[in-house]
Formats: sequence, structure tokens, C-alpha cells
Amino acid sequence: MLNYTIRRLLLAIPTLIAISLIIFLLLDLAPSDPTANLPLTIPPEVREKIRQSLGIGDPIYIRYLLWCKQFFVNEPLNILEQVFGWDFGGDRLRVLSWQTRSPVVDLIVQRMPQTLWVVGMSYIVGVLIAVPIGIYSAYKQYSWFDQAGTFVSMVGFSVPTFFTGVLMIVIFSVWLGWFPSIYDTTHVVTDWQSFVFQVRQMAMPVFVLALFNAAQISRFMRASMLDNLNLDYVRTARAKGMKERTVLLVHVLRNSLIPVVTVIALGVPQVFGGAIITEQVFKVNGLGQLLIIAIQGGDLPTVQTLTFIFAVLIILFNLIADVLYGILDPRIRYD
Amino acid sequence: MTDTVPDSLAAARPPQSQWRNVWDQYKTHRGALWGMGFFLFVVLAVLLGPYLWTIDAQYIDIRARNQGPSLSHPFGTDQLGRDTLARMLSGGRVSMFVGMTAMLLALLLGTLVGVVAGYFKRLDGPLMRLTDLFLALPLLPLLLVIIMLFRDTLRSAFGPETGIFILIVFVIGITSWMQTARIVRGDVLALKEREFVIASRSIGTPSRRMISRHILPNVLSPITVSATLGIANAIITESALSFLGLGFPSDFPTWGRLLFDSTDYLQQYPERVLWPGLAISLTVLSVNYIGDGLRDALDPRIRGR
Amino acid sequence: MLKKSILLGTIAALAVVPAAWAERGSDGHVNIIYWQAPSTMNPYLSGGTKELEAASLVLEPMARYDEAGNMVPYLAESIPTVDNGGVSDDLTSITWKLKEGMMWADGTPVTSADLVFTWKYCTDPAGGCAQSEKYNDVTDVKAVDDRTVTVTFGVSKPFPYGPFVGAQAPVIQAAQFADCLGAKAPECTDANFMPIGTGPFKVTDFRPNDVISFDANPNYRDPAKPAFATATLKGGGDAAAAGRAVLETGEFDYAWNLQLAPDVLANMEAAGKGKVVSSFGTLVERIMINLTNPDPALGDERATAKHPHPFLTDINVRKALSMAIDRNLLVEIGYGDAGRPTCNVLPAPEIYKSSANDACLVQDVEGAKKLLDDAGWVPGADGVRAKDGVRLSMLYQTSTNAVRQDFQALIKQWWADIGVETELRNIDASVFFGGDPASPDTFQKFYADVEMYANNFDGTDPESYMANWECKQAPRPETQWQGNNMPRYCSEEYDALVAKMAQTGALEERAKLAKEMNDKLMQDYIILPLVDRGRVSAHSNTLGGVIMNTWDSELWNAADWRRTRTQ
Repeated sequence: MLNYTIRRLLLAIPTLIAISLIIFLLLDLAPSDPTANLPLTIPPEVREKIRQSLGIGDPIYIRYLLWCKQFFVNEPLNILEQVFGWDFGGDRLRVLSWQTRSPVVDLIVQRMPQTLWVVGMSYIVGVLIAVPIGIYSAYKQYSWFDQAGTFVSMVGFSVPTFFTGVLMIVIFSVWLGWFPSIYDTTHVVTDWQSFVFQVRQMAMPVFVLALFNAAQISRFMRASMLDNLNLDYVRTARAKGMKERTVLLVHVLRNSLIPVVTVIALGVPQVFGGAIITEQVFKVNGLGQLLIIAIQGGDLPTVQTLTFIFAVLIILFNLIADVLYGILDPRIRYD
Repeated sequence: MTDTVPDSLAAARPPQSQWRNVWDQYKTHRGALWGMGFFLFVVLAVLLGPYLWTIDAQYIDIRARNQGPSLSHPFGTDQLGRDTLARMLSGGRVSMFVGMTAMLLALLLGTLVGVVAGYFKRLDGPLMRLTDLFLALPLLPLLLVIIMLFRDTLRSAFGPETGIFILIVFVIGITSWMQTARIVRGDVLALKEREFVIASRSIGTPSRRMISRHILPNVLSPITVSATLGIANAIITESALSFLGLGFPSDFPTWGRLLFDSTDYLQQYPERVLWPGLAISLTVLSVNYIGDGLRDALDPRIRGR
Repeated sequence: MLKKSILLGTIAALAVVPAAWAERGSDGHVNIIYWQAPSTMNPYLSGGTKELEAASLVLEPMARYDEAGNMVPYLAESIPTVDNGGVSDDLTSITWKLKEGMMWADGTPVTSADLVFTWKYCTDPAGGCAQSEKYNDVTDVKAVDDRTVTVTFGVSKPFPYGPFVGAQAPVIQAAQFADCLGAKAPECTDANFMPIGTGPFKVTDFRPNDVISFDANPNYRDPAKPAFATATLKGGGDAAAAGRAVLETGEFDYAWNLQLAPDVLANMEAAGKGKVVSSFGTLVERIMINLTNPDPALGDERATAKHPHPFLTDINVRKALSMAIDRNLLVEIGYGDAGRPTCNVLPAPEIYKSSANDACLVQDVEGAKKLLDDAGWVPGADGVRAKDGVRLSMLYQTSTNAVRQDFQALIKQWWADIGVETELRNIDASVFFGGDPASPDTFQKFYADVEMYANNFDGTDPESYMANWECKQAPRPETQWQGNNMPRYCSEEYDALVAKMAQTGALEERAKLAKEMNDKLMQDYIILPLVDRGRVSAHSNTLGGVIMNTWDSELWNAADWRRTRTQ
């Protein structure tokens, strides 16, 4: 398994380079323009000058290589300098966003806390709710609990967050006044009171997203448990006089986790990708909002950098999922 | 299974086909029957509805705008005075059609990639890297590129509506098969090492038969879940596409669009949000129950119970 | 400071000053929400409205426009004119004089060197300055003394108030931006995010595309202002959410640009926590008519002057399209109090406003039908009119926006009533308004028969705006599809008027010419104006001093904002 992991990690490098090139070509082909959002009063000649100053006129391979150099060489050197206080000297250009004219990596670092707090928390909450619900729904198939769970999760998945988010704001912010409708990204938790405020401002976005995530994961959990509950080994285990709890939570659960692990591993990179609509509705302004604004503004370096980091996470977590398959079911071998 | 039926019974009852058995089992599942009933009702409503409720969904009666439910407009009217019932019916036709076809396409692609990658070790690497690539591609720029490259070509080849329909189904299908593929592959990897598969392989069953007889039936349940979630996803994605100018023209109603447009009016006219919201949720719910019933019915271990 | 305020407080109490007694920072904190978040504080690097307005809290020009469109001196002592000798008689130079004792927020004096630097900064060829048009034709900016600069133009400028006037061209500090000229401009992240200014506030924390925190500027010229000690400008969300935060939950004090359906906005206002304010400028929602043929079969020559449009070149068709539209209803549905029906593409300022075209305010479906009948366009079996095998069937495109889609649907129906078939298309704004020559969906390429969008001009002078419809401004392959003459209008008569205006100095004469140009465009029906759109914003009941202004930044008088205690 170790061999396999190392081989996959090595293979990931050419894969990622290929992916970064494909993304770059795609973004270049896309008909967006960094000056599209400027008022129409700005004349075409000025727009053309702005585009030139951003380097859009250069041939595509030069721009791609420049990005590679900035991202793979300059940024890591910069991080090393900051962390260890070394000085490599020289004038290094970092990856600069076209919209804000500031380093993209700094933007990402700035957006990370709120995205991890809100989207990450909602994912954890979602998984923590979904797994037990899935298990119990399968164990008591067609009980009222199962039916209610089915109903809630189907509604939760099929009603989009642009609607549930607004509904929550109208109920809890406008009518009841319990929670703020606008997320304060500058808020710092220092004491109990500020912690309570943080919880209050997180409550609605976390709930909306957690419902959506839990709906999906619990369905896969339930289906997979149902598949396993009728298998021979379960009957054997019961016949041997094992406790029902052990049968269910050790044997059946372990064998049912493969699809759930897949879904969760696919979801974790999306935590870092942010939740575009939910972030928009609650004004969380995390990574999702950064990405969507960059896309709308034709901000190629930002989109490219964010998408690339996203690709790294996807490959990493899919690898983790593959390794977990082998642990959950030792019969699965890759070598 | 029919082989085991004793002769006396076989004489009393004509031999049943396997599908008949499945149907018999399916009938015992109450949720599945309700789900199927509702689903058929929605399909009939959106297919025949516009012939019975003859108000044009695009007709603007500006004096009758923002009306609540009444006899002439049972579901009320929108901000331009268009009849909401008529819009729900003709919107449902598009949403259901797009939802079903796009879901089927995504499912087909996902299952194909998943099974092949899981079963044939040599193809696993390339196919999964391809999946990683598709997962990593930024959706919005991808869509904009697809519109730019293909919209006018498809439009001239198939006419405006069919062309756009093909484009939408293709776009949704091509961008949502990855999850199914990963899940199916994970299950296939585990299945491949089960005793019955190994046994079957040892007697020389060809791969094609192995997949269709032993592998596919056993990955059916994650596929049905993917199908349910896929419909909801396709209906919502379709409405998002029309904002990019990729979808149907703006005066062409769909459920997702109706829901989005009425979100602004949530406080004044809550019923306007209710109709599309309910329609989408209940349709998805009914597909879920159909899937549940189908899985139970197709599982020989449950079928005897 | 504390001692002083106690002292003052005592004096105030003794004197029993009735009200309106204020001190800098006495009113606490003000919360502003912009649903589009500012991405930088340097207006020269981003021309977006949101950036200009955020920057206007910090950076100031020599003069701003007030709510009536008049120039008000800010950093300048007075507005230079020909009469007071500030503008030379041949209109080729203007002399600005700074007020005495102006300070930057860091305590250093504002000098004429800062103005000279500002001009150099924006006109550096490698800088890609978004406002370089403001400095067009400027050949030199010379410091006469510490407080005086003379701007020299290469040509005679009847309207010399481009440089250093309005939110687009504020003065930046030479010391802070000294190393940021030209290609280095984007690398000065600190200066771009936290410019030192002369305005009522200074930036303490800038998070691009998210939130900006401000403190009152300790060196602001009026010691009693601003009334607020701190301010937050939050960005993100959408217009409905911003409106809700001010009008319904009261979390925020000021929300910008609430382009929402009138009944939605009215319902929010009914919650009683705030007020909706609006005012009108020059923004006109209009339909542009394509005089060239956008047929895909023409390949590269599609939508160019080589191929005239099969039926929109007939003025009767264009006129009928205009007559079929009920502009009053459009306003009622889409804008409410924030819109007025208009028949002019140049609706303001007052002296430029023509009344020659007001007949279009009344919808006339029968008249339109008759016009088409008389011109030989007869209805076919499917209700669509045709002549010589040419059917009146059109593609109508616009950007994605709820109000625009409602307008499309309404207008489609009216046009169907007079026998014109319409297919609707909406395109994402970032593509539609983007100038990518490779994209078929830009508003310049105009691969459709008619298109709808809104446009306006900066400040109060319409000269360059009216020059948009010169023949040579038509977008075409040779210009990489750049240009503002979307209809591809080409009239020698009109071009002559444009040339004449560029040489005319007297205001009355200029007004007459502008009106004449407007009337020519309107009577040729190449542009169908629909709605004169105002700016709509909202402020909470406890925020006083807000004066809406469409000629400059909405936050132009933030120094005068205060907390009112009328609850």
C-alpha cells in the first residue's frame, strides 16, 4: 500500500501539470474580459491600454510559463522567506490578481478563516448528522424515522440554497431578529461574548449547508447499509451470538463505508472551494465568493491559482479515499 | 428462480417471467407505488396539461399582475400577469425532460467509467485521472466556452429549441457524472474480490457477462441514489444555466427559474415560491421512492421475503 | 483631547446650546453596504463605480459635482472660469489653486507637486490607468507655486474640467505613490489598498472584495467633521440582501444601488426602519437597432456595413417598433420612482434636454400597424408581417438582469401585437459587456437585430457622449470590434454636428448643438430610449445628512453624515 501511495503521489505531479495547462487554455478561451465590469463611460482605447498593462497581449505560452514560474517558484520562495526569515534576494513577481492588483495567495490566506469556519463546520456537522441517520434509517427501514428522514433529506437536497438561505434570513433575521443576516469577516473571537457572536453569525449558513450535505451523505449511507444488512456474513455473525450493536456498528458499518468515504472525499475539496451561493446569500465572502467574483471579472490569475489549488486537493483526497478503501476492505489490492 | 417452483404450482399458475416477479415484489412497496403514481401524474400533467389549461404561459396580461389564487388563475399570476399554473405546466415539461435526460446521461457515463475503471485494472489509472480533471475544471468558464463554441452550430443544425435542449442536456451530463463514477468504481473494487465473483471468474465467465450479471446488479443501490440526487441537481442546474445565457430564452419558464424569480417576492407572495419548490421536491421524492422500490424488487434476497 | 472635550462639554452644558452641536467622532460608527464589493481603493487602477465610490471617502479631487450637477470646490479655493481668469481666453489652459492649509491624513501638507504627480501617474503609458481619458489632450501640468498649478491642453478645450474634477480624478499623494509609476503601479499593494487622502476618513483595514474599515481622518479640514469616529464598508451579497439589511433588519445604515422591482422595495420600506432615496442623472435604458445584417451565413462580414439590414434599414419599421412600446408601463413595472419614461438619449442636464420627441411617451399600436401597412409590410398567415419574402422576425439580446428580462417579455408581446416576431436572448453581463473580440456575444459585435442596455456619461458635459454615434465609431473587424456606435449609424450631417461642437465654447450654443444631435438620432429611430433611470439607495432612519448625487460619488458628502436621534 505504501508503494502504491508513493507511486500515485509521483504520478500526481505530471497529472497536475497537465491539468493546470488544460485549465489555463480553457480560461484563455473563455470569452470573459477583465474590463467588462467597468462603466461604459470608459472609452475603448483606455480599455485596450488596461488590457495591455495586464499582459493580455502576450502569446499564450509566455503567459502560461510566467504563471508557472510565479506560482511554482516565486510563491514557495516567498513563503520560505516569511516563515524562516531568509532572504533569497532578487525582485520576484508574485501571482497578482487583475482585479485587486494584489498577490492572489494573500487573498486566499485572507479568505481561508471564514470559509473553514462556515463551510468546513457545516461539512463536519453534515457528516456527523448524516452517518447516524443513515445507519438508523437502514436498520429500521420503512419505520416512521426512516420515512421522515427520507422526506427531510429529499427536500433538503432538492430545494436549492439560494432559496433556503433567503427563507432563513426572512424568518430568523427579519421576523425574529435572532441572528445577523450579514456575516462580519473582521470579527475576532477573544472571549466568551465574542464567541457567542461568532456562533450566532455562523448559525444560519452552517445550518443551510449542513442540511444540504447531510441529505446527500445520509442517502448513500442508508443505501449502502441496506445492501450489506442482508448479506450472509451478517446472518453468520448474528448466529454466532454477537451483540446486535457489534454486528451493526463494526461489521456492517465497516463494509458499507466505501461509497460514503467516496462521497466525503469528493466533498472535502469543495469545502476549500467554498460554497458560492451560500456565501453570497449570507455575505460570508470566503473562497467561493473570491472565485465567482474573479470569474465574473475575467481575473485569470486568480481563477487559475484557485482552481489549481482546488485540483491539488481533489487529487489528494481521491488518493486518500483509495487508500481508505484498502483499509476498510483489505481484499482490495492495487498492486 | 422459476426452476424451483414445484410442478403442481406450476400447473395451477402459468410460469412467471423474471420481470413479472419483479413487478409483483414492486407492488408490495407502498411508497414505491405512491411515488410511481405521483410521477406518472406529473408526467401526464406536463404533457397533457397545456392542452387542457389553454392559457399561453408567455401571454402577459399586465392588468392582472401579482394576483393571488382565483378561479381564472388557480395558482395566481406573476409580476407581469402571466398565469402561474400555465407556467408551472409548460415549465414542468422542460424541467422534467431536461432533468430525466441529463440524469440518465450522467448516470450512463458515470456507471460506464466507474465499472470499467473498477473492473479493468489497466484502465483504472487513466480513467480516474480523467475524472480528477473533470472535477477540477472550473464550471463557469467551461460553460461559457461551450456556449461560444457550440451554440450557433447546434442552433443551425437542430433549430433554436432542440439545439438548446441538446446543449443543456449535454452540458449537465458532462459536468455531473464524476461522483457516480467514483462511487461505482469504489464498490466495484470491493465486489471484484468477493467470493462469488472470484468463483464465477474461475469457471471462465467472460468479462462482459461478469459485469452485466454479477457486478451491475450489485452496484444498483448507489446508482439509484445518484439518480435521485441527479434529477434534483439537473433541474436546479438548468435554471442556473439560463442566467449565463446558455439556457432557454428568459421568457421560457422552467421550475428552477420560477423558483429563482419568485425568491425576491418571498415575503409578499409566498405562494409563488411554494408551487415550483413543491413540484421539484415532490418529483425528486417520488423518484427516490421509485428507486427504493426498484432496488428492493430487483434484489433476489429481498424478493422472497 | 479628552480634557478638551470635557471642557467643551462643560461649556456646551453651561451655554445650553439647543441642538446640532457636533464634534468629530461624536456619533460613533456608521455601517455602509455595497452589494458589489470594492476590489481596490485606487480609482486609477480600477474604473468600477464601486471602487470610485469607496475611494471617494478617502481621496478627494479639486472639485466635485453637487446633487444639481454644479461644481463645488473641495481642495480648490474656487472653480476657475474664463470670467475669473482661471481659464485662459483661448480655452487651452486652466489654473487651479489649492485651499490654504490643506493636509494629508498623515499630517503633511498638500502641495502642487501632488497634482503634478497625479497627472504623471495616470498618464504613464505603461500604467494602464483607467481614468486616462480625464487627462486627454493635457500637454503639461506645471506647478506655479506651492498651491497653484496650471494645466495646459494641446487643443482648445471648451470644457476644461476633466483633470482633478469628480470622483474619477482625485488627487493622490506624491510621496506615497512615488515608486508606483507605470508598470510598477500594481505592485504597490499597500498604497493601492490604503491610500493616504484628504477626505473625511482614512483606511485602517482593507480586505479586497470584502470589507473596508475606516477611522475619521484626524487632519480633516473641518475640525467638527466627520461626525462618525469609525466606518465600515461591507461588500458582497445581492441588491435584495443589502436592501433588507438596511430597511428591514436595520443592521446597516446605508445601502447602495438597490435595483429591485418597485413593489419589492416598497414592501421593504414599509418595515419602517429606513428610507429609499433616489435621484436622476443621465443613465438611459435604451434599445439599439442594428442597421447591418447579423445573419450568421455572412461569416466574417456579418454585422458590418457591407451588408445592410434586410428590414431595419426601413425607417418605418424602426418607427413602428418605437410606437408600439408603452414606456410608462415599463417604468411602473421595472423602476417605480427610480425611473421616468424618456424619449431622449440625452435626458439631462436640463439645458440639454430636448422636448421635440415627446410624442413617443404615448403608446400607439394602431398607428404603428397603419405605418407598417402603408409601408407595404402585410401580415402573413402566422400573423408576422412580410414584404418581398422578408419576414419581420428579430433576435433581441440583452444582459442577464431580472428587470431587463421582464422588459424583454413585455416588449416582445407589444411587437407581436403589431406583427413583428421576436426571439429573446440574455447573455451574462461579463460576456455581453466584455470586449473579447473572439466572443460572438458582445454588445459591440451585435450579432442580433436589436439589443438593450443602459449607458450614461461622466459629469455634465455631453460632448464625448454625443460623439459616440459618429460614423467612424462603428465597431467593425478593423477596429477589433471596439467602438460605441452600436447601430453602425452613418450620417454626414451628424458627423458635421459632432465636429462643430468640438469647436464651440459658448454654453448656449453647445446646448443647442447637443439638442440638435439628440433630435437627429431620435428622429432617425436608430436608438429607442426607454427609461431615464435614477440611482436608488436606502439609508436608515437614524442616518442624517444623506444627499443623493448622481453626478459624483454617492458618498460625496459623507463628511456631513451624522446620527439623528429621532426615534
